[in-house]
Amino acid sequence: MAKKIIATTSLAGCFGCHMSILDIDERILDLIELVEFNKSPIDDIKTFTKECDIGIIEGGCCNDENVHTLLEFRKHCKTLVVIGECAMMGGLPSMRNTIPLKECLDEAYLNGPTVADCNPQKIIPNDPDIPKILNRVYPCHEIVKIDVFLPGCPPRADLIWDALVALVTGAELKLPYTTFKFD
Amino acid sequence: MSKKIVIEPVTRVEGHGKVTIHLDDQGNVAQSRLHIVEFRGFERFVQGRPYWEAPVLVERLCGICPVSHHLAAAKAVDVIAGAGTGDGLTPTAEKIRRLMHYGQMFQSHTLHFFHLASPDLLFGYDAPPEQRNVIGVALANRELATQAVLMRKYGQEVIAATAGKKIHGTGAIPGGVNKSLTIEERDTLLKGRAPLNADKMIAWSQGALAFFKDYYKKNKAFIDGFSQFPSNHLSLVRKDGALDLYHGVLRAVDAAGKKILNDVDYQDYLSHLREEVRSWSYMKFPFLKILGKEKGWYRVGPLARLNTADFIPTPLAQKEFEAFKAVTGGKPNNMCMHTHWARLIEVLHSAEVIRDLLLDSDITGTDLVTKGKWQPVGVGVIEAPRGTLMHHYRVNEDDLITMANLIVSTTHNNEPMNRAVNCVAKAMMTGQKEITEPMMNAVEVAIRAYDPCLSCATHAYGQMPLEVSLYDATGKLISQRRK
Repeated sequence: MAKKIIATTSLAGCFGCHMSILDIDERILDLIELVEFNKSPIDDIKTFTKECDIGIIEGGCCNDENVHTLLEFRKHCKTLVVIGECAMMGGLPSMRNTIPLKECLDEAYLNGPTVADCNPQKIIPNDPDIPKILNRVYPCHEIVKIDVFLPGCPPRADLIWDALVALVTGAELKLPYTTFKFD
Repeated sequence: MSKKIVIEPVTRVEGHGKVTIHLDDQGNVAQSRLHIVEFRGFERFVQGRPYWEAPVLVERLCGICPVSHHLAAAKAVDVIAGAGTGDGLTPTAEKIRRLMHYGQMFQSHTLHFFHLASPDLLFGYDAPPEQRNVIGVALANRELATQAVLMRKYGQEVIAATAGKKIHGTGAIPGGVNKSLTIEERDTLLKGRAPLNADKMIAWSQGALAFFKDYYKKNKAFIDGFSQFPSNHLSLVRKDGALDLYHGVLRAVDAAGKKILNDVDYQDYLSHLREEVRSWSYMKFPFLKILGKEKGWYRVGPLARLNTADFIPTPLAQKEFEAFKAVTGGKPNNMCMHTHWARLIEVLHSAEVIRDLLLDSDITGTDLVTKGKWQPVGVGVIEAPRGTLMHHYRVNEDDLITMANLIVSTTHNNEPMNRAVNCVAKAMMTGQKEITEPMMNAVEVAIRAYDPCLSCATHAYGQMPLEVSLYDATGKLISQRRK
């Protein structure tokens, strides 16, 4: 059987979901026998060099580059899997959705106690070299079609492992309640 | 003809870090910048939330070292709950938190060394990029890779036993913790499932140190000379000057070892620190008020900690510390790549601390929470794996947060990382017409020594994929290279 090709990325996430992938521990050594990694933070492959079977997305979209990356993943991956609260529902970063963006920027760069008296020119980062922040944080399924959702903050390593095995081998994914837990 | 070189991770597309380098008419480096391209807005959106939510909200800043944020926030809300400023917890609560934190330090440092640094050491930093990753390590040296995976696993299990789960746990609450260890949990970590036990972790930590020291012996010029420059250094130290990653006073020394911040109470951090905002990065630039924006920047992290501390309070790590200090005659060490060495000494220290805590009967105690007189303000500071981490909250009479200020480790290192990029760019790119892959990786190697992942600010583990574009003075693209 040809190795399945996997790509992964973290958008507006904290990398906790990628850490949970690593929490499959010794099984990661089995995983690299089963699959080949393409574009991912764990290797040096920067852009898609081939079409992938499985794309794994952590995090929602908080800036224009996140959206661009998500569209690229949809284009190049047969099955798109979102892992974790942020990718599924916006997660913690989407707590800013009820607040005007300007207030968030003002608090961080103008009003905070360690900046208030030393930013006389009232600089808020705006250089063309940094991406534009979206008005709110969007979950992935509002931007592209998503095929598989794995919940949790982060999803447990066992759930990620079972899902990967099911996707790679085509076996049915079992979802016992104990591995499927929100918090 | 002047030129602008843009080095950016693939993650320009994904939104992380990016480097620009400007060359003047003679091809000399005129300016270089590391841009941090993420913005979340935590300071504003936690306003209005009850303060006891802070430890579980803000840890979602970073899934790589969530325990650090969990505990920095917990230490701040301890103050609000009237449980004192680091000295008011019950022995059981303090030791459970310490165990959680040193477990975190052990797993995070292990992840960095094996998954990130070791590919460069095993294969050489100019080796083919497709080999320079943890999968390359696993294919080339399965034993080393297995050890790496198991050491990280052990640290994660220490965290799970104390915090409830491996990532984004809930163990610390205002004034204490919500669980201690059962005798069974303690025994499992102490001498349980082979090969995962406390003594084995100490032995493997010594093995990792031996691996690095052997590499250093063979590559002394590179390790000593690469991207080294003088700087100030800041960290917490215990009141008696010992290395302490959980609690202490703030100390800063200059490049020659003179104390420029003399063991001050961090509740008073606002008297000593400020942050500069620059238009080209979402990450701010902290500095010591007394020295100002130009001269007040400093490094944090393993190298800074071994420069500020007088000794390490566990015997095996202390012996390694003495050898480390001997290299610079006891003076501060300003050699960037020695951060890897310092990090491994902290891995060994963490393993010793974990073993000692597991042997302490307080760890299974039942007195978990301290209560006291409510205060409207609290500051919590901790030494995260990547350096000093500061949380500051103000609450109203309804216990809702009205102000939050967070200075994360990577932010403290903002100016040093920019200097490191500049240093490498000057050394490698001055007068060059073509940008080669080793030049790009050299920039990565310099940044990686501080923080492989630009953690709480941006990226995670792994190699930073790069794109370098060479523009002429008119902005026309004359050369581009990706890897």
